Amino acid sequence: MVKEIERAGIPVVHVCTVTPISMTVGANRIVPAIAIPHPLGNPALEPAEEKALRRHIVEKALEALTTEVEDQTIFE
Amino acid sequence: MAKIKVVHYINQFFAQIGGEEKAEYPAELRVGEVVGPGQALMQTFGDEAEITATIICGDSYFNENLDKAKAEIVAWVKEQKPDVFVAGPAFNAGRYGVACGTICDAVQEELGIPAVTGMYEENPGADMFKDKVYTIATANSAAGMRKAAPLVAKLALKLAKGEKVGASVEEGYMPNGVRVNFFEEERGSKRAVKMLLNKLADKPFVTEYPMPSFDHVAPNPAVKDITKAKIALVTSGGIVPKGNPDHIESSSASHYGEYDIAGVMDLTAETYETAHGGYDPVYANEDPDRVLPVDVLRDMEKEGKIGELHHLFYTTVGNGTAVASSKAFAEEFSKKLLADGVDAVILTST
Repeated sequence: MVKEIERAGIPVVHVCTVTPISMTVGANRIVPAIAIPHPLGNPALEPAEEKALRRHIVEKALEALTTEVEDQTIFE
Repeated sequence: MAKIKVVHYINQFFAQIGGEEKAEYPAELRVGEVVGPGQALMQTFGDEAEITATIICGDSYFNENLDKAKAEIVAWVKEQKPDVFVAGPAFNAGRYGVACGTICDAVQEELGIPAVTGMYEENPGADMFKDKVYTIATANSAAGMRKAAPLVAKLALKLAKGEKVGASVEEGYMPNGVRVNFFEEERGSKRAVKMLLNKLADKPFVTEYPMPSFDHVAPNPAVKDITKAKIALVTSGGIVPKGNPDHIESSSASHYGEYDIAGVMDLTAETYETAHGGYDPVYANEDPDRVLPVDVLRDMEKEGKIGELHHLFYTTVGNGTAVASSKAFAEEFSKKLLADGVDAVILTST
């Protein structure tokens, strides 16, 4: 899906836990997530901390979208 | 002659420990035990070989603790000194396939022990490792075990004995870019004419020289001003309104959903859930923002950090879903995103 969105001309960032799969699939902007069943969360944290963590990942995703890339890039 | 020693790797599901709720199961070594699909391999091994140990690991555990799990498992394999290492087969289970490929590759590279695995051609583990590890092509579900297990076992025996491995069409592994010469029974002209006749008659035929398919999409230019941008959310994590109104399938999804989140500030357990059947749904059902971060994007919208969050999101279940289907879904909804003036997409996967 990420490749088809890119092909349509819309910049897209892939937020996912297993980044090697994302590389294989062909995503160009990749942001690593926390875990497979909760990519943008961590149930072990307090709700406020968890939301801060999610915000951090979303900010990374926005940073990826505003960064020019020439090739597949993982934004650690 | 002593029996060939085989160490076998399987996931928590095939070890009958449990499904997704047990996917965090840490790596475990069972010496002297043949577990699950190991029985099927043993049938082909006969008197020639035996599984001397089985290693079991949860799919999420392996992929989330990649370096640790890999090191642990490689150390165990080293200790067991097998003649050959077998992983899977993984069929269309994505994380399992990646685990099988990763561990086979590590065992070969670090220990010099030959390894073989098996999986479905669309398993992401196949593209990642088929050039490095002999990977038997299997059906997309465990229903294909009866056909897959003997092929895996036969190739394992050959590798253990150091016998010459035949071409991919003969052994049943996925083409790995290595050319193997062999004599065809029929000469080329005859085969070509047969192929042509089949093609003309709309019958199935198999090319002997498939063209490689390179499908790389160049990245689009970056968003210039994110504070003015309209951002849309897309997910393969199966987030849907509670009750899954469009009945998106828990695996092998046949369609996607488009849902309006105008005025929705936060996804809650009462209003949304996941339809995905390929990961433990507890955390996503408790708080769907963990997969689709609507709450955070609403905050940022209010603070002027982004222009706006698009009022529609697109969702499907990326669990054994055919590549052709997901491609078609995204082709279709990308047109809608463009028509709605969306500037950028955040796509989340589980």
